Amino acid sequence: MLNQIGNYSLYIALVSSILIIIQSPILLNRNNINVSGRIFSLISIQSLMIIISFIALIITFIISDFSNETVYNNSHTSKPLFYKISGTWGNHEGSLLLWLLVLSIFLLIFTITSKNLSNKYRILTLFFQEIIILGFLLFILFTSNPFMSLFPIPNEGTGLNPILQDPALAIHPPILYLGYVGTSIIFSSSLAALISGSVNKTWAKHIKNWVLVSWIFLSIGILLGSIWAYYELGWGGFWFWDPVENVSLMPWFCLTALFHTILILEKREMFHSWVVILSITTFSLSMSGTFLVRSGILNSIHTFANDPSRGVFILCFLFILITLSIFIYFFYQNKIKNNFTKTYIVSKETAVLVNNLFMMFFLSVVLIGTIYPIFLEVVNNDKISVGPPFYHKLIVPFLIPFLIFMAIGPNFNWIKDKINKINLQQLLFFILSIIISFIFLKRVGISYLFSLPLFIASIFLFLITIKDFSVKKTNLSQKISHFGFSLFILSVLVNGVLAKEYSSNMKVGDERQFLNKTIKFESLKVNESKNYQSLEANFKISDKNNSINLKPEVRVYDQPQTITSEADIKSTLYSDNFLVFNILKNDGFYNVRYQIKPFMIWIWISIILISFGGILSIVKKNG
Amino acid sequence: MVRNIKLIAIVFLVIVSFLILLIGLNKTNNYSPNLNSSNIDFNFKAKFLYSNEETTLYELINDKDFSLINIWASWCLPCRDEHPYLLNLNSLGKLNIIGINYKDSEVNAKKFIKELGNPYSKIVVDPSGVNSIELGAYGVPETILINNNSKTILKKYIGPLDDKKLAELKMIIKNEN
Amino acid sequence: MKIKILVVTIFYLIGSLNLSYAANSEKVDQISKNLRCLICQGQSVYDSQSDFALSMKILIQNKIDEGQNDEQIYDFLKSKYGEWIVYDPEINKNTVLLWVLPLILFVFGGILILRKVSIK
Repeated sequence: MLNQIGNYSLYIALVSSILIIIQSPILLNRNNINVSGRIFSLISIQSLMIIISFIALIITFIISDFSNETVYNNSHTSKPLFYKISGTWGNHEGSLLLWLLVLSIFLLIFTITSKNLSNKYRILTLFFQEIIILGFLLFILFTSNPFMSLFPIPNEGTGLNPILQDPALAIHPPILYLGYVGTSIIFSSSLAALISGSVNKTWAKHIKNWVLVSWIFLSIGILLGSIWAYYELGWGGFWFWDPVENVSLMPWFCLTALFHTILILEKREMFHSWVVILSITTFSLSMSGTFLVRSGILNSIHTFANDPSRGVFILCFLFILITLSIFIYFFYQNKIKNNFTKTYIVSKETAVLVNNLFMMFFLSVVLIGTIYPIFLEVVNNDKISVGPPFYHKLIVPFLIPFLIFMAIGPNFNWIKDKINKINLQQLLFFILSIIISFIFLKRVGISYLFSLPLFIASIFLFLITIKDFSVKKTNLSQKISHFGFSLFILSVLVNGVLAKEYSSNMKVGDERQFLNKTIKFESLKVNESKNYQSLEANFKISDKNNSINLKPEVRVYDQPQTITSEADIKSTLYSDNFLVFNILKNDGFYNVRYQIKPFMIWIWISIILISFGGILSIVKKNG
Repeated sequence: MVRNIKLIAIVFLVIVSFLILLIGLNKTNNYSPNLNSSNIDFNFKAKFLYSNEETTLYELINDKDFSLINIWASWCLPCRDEHPYLLNLNSLGKLNIIGINYKDSEVNAKKFIKELGNPYSKIVVDPSGVNSIELGAYGVPETILINNNSKTILKKYIGPLDDKKLAELKMIIKNEN
Repeated sequence: MKIKILVVTIFYLIGSLNLSYAANSEKVDQISKNLRCLICQGQSVYDSQSDFALSMKILIQNKIDEGQNDEQIYDFLKSKYGEWIVYDPEINKNTVLLWVLPLILFVFGGILILRKVSIK
């Protein structure tokens, strides 16, 4: 029953999509027709239908209706309700439906909030957005339909991968998709603005909110993914330069560049073409990300189960969209106002261009690093791995000038600033950073001295961003985001340099000394939970002043039968204590790994600060 | 004019990328290393399962023309499935089949052999898995065919033997003779 | 008793004996972070807990004890498993573009900006 509802609503949505695409060119040639007529009702119907099908899928998951193949493959009656619901988008089919849902809701919001803009621009945006929606609808209906029926109806499902049964991972995909899908609106609207000749101040002002919203969701989505990876996947790492992670980082770089540039377009009517190019690129990267993750072309820890025909579909769709936008861009390029004037070297405009240059560089490193192995294999049949050392080697040297520039740049004035802007105060801060870094690294150990320049640059940025809170010229949201970024870099660096790790084989009652701490394996017990059993250990970590208890677990999930190792992490403002244990055969012995990760919590806080700056800037403008 | 060149260049780039990714889609993305014949380390040292003596690969592969190194373990289910194939190959009498017992307990390993029969002329143990890595292996089961005279790898199978692989192995031996 | 039962279940599921966990030295950690695990192909040997990765760590420790340096260990593993196993591709004719292309783009972008900027 629910399967039919879901299926039919998707077909109705498909029909409305086709109708809109057919009607919009006709409406374009008629003036004075308000979009809020027929098209608006079609869009509303479409969104409603997609919402219905999404709700239908959630309900099938909640009631564990195993006549639905997706539910059968990804759920189980013994799962807690929360994970039954999050299981809806924890699989390929459901997550695509979520994509589609967000696509259509965003379009609806766009239609409602763009009423004061020109008709032509609105209809064109709808048109491009509907093409994307149509693509997704076809993709879902013909390659990954979440409403496939199973007969005979199985009694029990096969369960959700336990590694996905986690609160951070349950909300991570929806948040990330809000970011990805937001970029589709930017894409459609920039093409529409290009064709209707309205790439200007008003458009910039309008689309800026979408850029910010996408950027905020993408940042938070990446944050959630990293937090999850930190406590679930590895030994205390939070970023592995895994292709799937890279794929979310690429549109982030692009969006960051875009909203810096769009400010210039809004304030100074410059860089029109560049804004359009960035808008197109951002969405292309989001889509390429979907392709790379879903097609299984890449080797990653977290790819979905895949099927080459899906890959071919997304690839062709992506190819059509990109080629289409390239032709539109070149065809309508001369409609863009071209009041080209050179910008003065010391000015906000130049500062933003330099920011863009660095963003594009970081983007190209990540993009090339991610896809190069695929290209090499096809061309040459050679297989290579591109991992953390590659990214570090290319990004770190550029990070140093970037950080210093980020400290100085934001204080430049529009149009023209004094060349002696790099004043005594900044020089003092710079010398101070050199001294602090030197003392710090000297104490940590001489082997880290090679990272001195990086420390100097990040401490310099940190000091300047704090100082900037006293300057009135720039706005608060920017100060918060920039401060957050400097805090982020600094925490990552300090964390990297000061992290300590200890591993040993222990049995209950054993004690080990590590640095100035004592690690005691106090006890071991078995816990029974709804859908898993666990072996819970109790460790006491104590030094002279205080002691903490850490209780890592080894869980045995029953559906599907899987073992997961749950680290126990105790966070304080200064450091995280991270402990995991594993079973050894040597009777009674367990392998214990203990890590001290300083300033870990500040990495998360700083990303929240960065995003908060974005939120503030939206609220302030509209409030 | 300049604009057209730019357009053509970009479209060309997109098409090339599209084609490459399309081909890439059909390639398997699970890596398996090429058999690189020069890379066997014949100084490889290991202990026998049925005695405490140490041996090297040189000593192990001096019998007959071909050696078949098979990495196995009693806890590995596919190893159980491929065992009849090994017995079958042994019955040919042309192969010197060497077993490498991977990360296993002595008791279980001996029980496995007792239960299913012994196709191996010699069995050495690899309790830490290090020897298998020195052979360039992944895990269990894995089978390597070696030409004893030229000391080269003729064929390498990752995963259990099956009818197809068995036929192929027999073919290779026949052709080499 | 309950604990024993669960431990046995876990063993049954893991399917092998983890005789090989050991307290690794910092050096092993450092090297194994740069190696790709071949069984679980998205993880580094350092992060992975597969049998393969565990054995690999012992092997690295042995090589260190034998007095080999990082370069020799990487070369040894590359000779066994190919370039794929290291996360840090060396620069050769296959990978020159990988390393140089981002730098070319940076210079190119820099030139574009310089053309837009005046010093007067």
